[in-house]
Amino acid sequence: MKSFRFWLIGILILLTGCSQQSKHTKGVYMLLDTSGTYAVELNKARLIINYLLGTLQPGDTIAVGCIDTGSFSEKDIVAKVTFDARPSVANNQKRAFKNKVSSFVTGVRQSRYTDISGGLLQAIEYLNESGSANKYILVFSDLQEELAQGYVRDVPFELSGFHIIALNVTKLRADNQNPKIYLARVEQWRKKAEKGGGTWRVINDLERLDNILAKG
Amino acid sequence: MITAGFLPTITASPFLSTFIWIILILVAMYLARKPSHRCLVSFSLIIRNSMRLFAASVKLAEKRLNDRNRDVLLSAGRQHAERCVEREFERISTAVQRDLEGYPQVQRQLNESIVKLNEDHSKSAEVPQTLPDWIKVIKAIASIRPTSDPIVGNMLEDIHQTLSEQHVKALEQQRLDASNRHAILNRMLPLLRGMKKILEGLNKSLSDLNFRAKRIDRYMDNYEQIREQSDAAMRTLSSSSLTQFFISGAVLLIALGGAIINFNLIALPMSEMVGGASYIGPYKTSNIAGLVIICLEICTGIFLMESLRITRLFPIIGSMDDRMRMMLFWIALSLLAILAGVESALAFMRDRIAGDMEALRQSLAGVTPSSVAGSVIPTVGQMVMGFILPFILTFVAIPLESFVASSRTILGIIAAWMLRSLAFALRLIGQLGYYTGRLMINFYDLVIFPALWLEGVVTQSLFRSQTKDSAADKEKTIGPGIMPAVEPLAENKEMAK
Repeated sequence: MKSFRFWLIGILILLTGCSQQSKHTKGVYMLLDTSGTYAVELNKARLIINYLLGTLQPGDTIAVGCIDTGSFSEKDIVAKVTFDARPSVANNQKRAFKNKVSSFVTGVRQSRYTDISGGLLQAIEYLNESGSANKYILVFSDLQEELAQGYVRDVPFELSGFHIIALNVTKLRADNQNPKIYLARVEQWRKKAEKGGGTWRVINDLERLDNILAKG
Repeated sequence: MITAGFLPTITASPFLSTFIWIILILVAMYLARKPSHRCLVSFSLIIRNSMRLFAASVKLAEKRLNDRNRDVLLSAGRQHAERCVEREFERISTAVQRDLEGYPQVQRQLNESIVKLNEDHSKSAEVPQTLPDWIKVIKAIASIRPTSDPIVGNMLEDIHQTLSEQHVKALEQQRLDASNRHAILNRMLPLLRGMKKILEGLNKSLSDLNFRAKRIDRYMDNYEQIREQSDAAMRTLSSSSLTQFFISGAVLLIALGGAIINFNLIALPMSEMVGGASYIGPYKTSNIAGLVIICLEICTGIFLMESLRITRLFPIIGSMDDRMRMMLFWIALSLLAILAGVESALAFMRDRIAGDMEALRQSLAGVTPSSVAGSVIPTVGQMVMGFILPFILTFVAIPLESFVASSRTILGIIAAWMLRSLAFALRLIGQLGYYTGRLMINFYDLVIFPALWLEGVVTQSLFRSQTKDSAADKEKTIGPGIMPAVEPLAENKEMAK
């Protein structure tokens, strides 16, 4: 009887000890550029968010933040949720999230400046707090940063364990005239991401979202 | 400076240096010929002997394994034969109990019928009374000629009338008696038929017993053969084991398919119960929980089969007393029914969750939900399947037992075959090593063939000069004669060998 108890306790410890959540969870933070030149693209962003909602599992985290004049603020988080472990509850959370994002996209106000670095810092902070094992920051922007006077963003990014994915990096008029500008812009962000210890990818073809959350 | 890549130069000319080096090497090799040969022979013998030793050891292990396989096979065959005989005895016991239990009744029926038949026979043996003899006397009186005396006439008339009346009565009586006898005989007919039927039933029972006895004889013959460990029995058992292995394996594969379907039915709803975000190792806890439920169902099914004595995976259950065994059976059946109910409910829940997920996906994709999703048929189908599959999985115990029993033999045979192959490979390596050594000796001689050739030439010239000298000596002393045969040198003998 004593040995039976011992085994039972052992099995319970094993089951509870082995039961782990954080190793498999995903955390996704999507930054939406709301600057004047880019705000018209936000409908595409809504489709990507819908796709992500269909892909993410119970226990995962998703947040949507906007890039405006000063993005390093909790106020810039449009919607955030960590899905419940029960699929039925998670489904309801996804519905609510979708509605929140839709209403944001419909009523978005264009910003004068584009503080991408601030948004990235906010995303890093949020995802680190969420405790997700696999962290993704999706930057839905043309990557053209314009900081307002007085905003300092020369802070080094701590991106170890982060996957940065730039989505729909549109070409500006100047890029069309001189592609080197576009390439230099993308390269600059790649260097920043990799210098911080993260990985960098660019996905411009939104038909190929099926591997958006693939590692690396 | 280096000659031929790795040798130091001796003279200024590299060609000459190389030539000198070759000569030196050949001389060295020629001088070291015998020790080199011995070394190569020893090395090849080491390889061959060690490999032969290994092979012998492996063969010994194979023999032991074969003996063990034989024991396992015979033991399994003996158990099977015992089970067959036991089952036949049980059947005979049931038949005897069933037929002989009613035997006193049958005997009583037969006795009653016989008594009735006897009674009827004795009753029917009573001969009906014939017409009385006095009729002849009266007839004689009646045949007297009538006289004129009226008294006599009247008297005779009375006599005649009386006679006629008596005759009619007697005739009626006889008819009545005959009719009674016929009635008795009619009553005997169903009794005889009943007796025939009873006797036929007894005959059938005895034939059945006879048939079963013959079958037991056959089983006993098999059993005897197995006990004698005859080759025929071994062959039969081995072939039977192989067949059982493949058949039970195929059935288990089918059952595995059923278990996978079952798993898919309950894995998703389990995430609603234990949460879909927790993991045990790399696996979702909900999946493991679903798997555990299926394993529990299979275990319960095995206990159910064990308690019915259909399988004998756990001898302790089979050896329980009948009351306990039946209690275990009812417990297992109840648990199985509960699990089937739970699974049916989970299947229902799965349908709901899947429907909800599909609706969410469609709303995310901006598609209008289809009307098929609202149909009840898939829900009912899944629930029925969820209820039935645990009961079907119960029967896994039967092929599982066969598979476990036959796999012991099959694995033993495979292991023995592998050991045999290993022994063959070791012997082959040994022989290859030995002949490689021989080949290297010959190759060595081939390399130093100029030296050997020179040795042959020198030896021959020495031999000739020796024979010439000895012949001259002989001629001096004896005169000319026939030259005697000379024994070749020991080294040349060895080479020839």
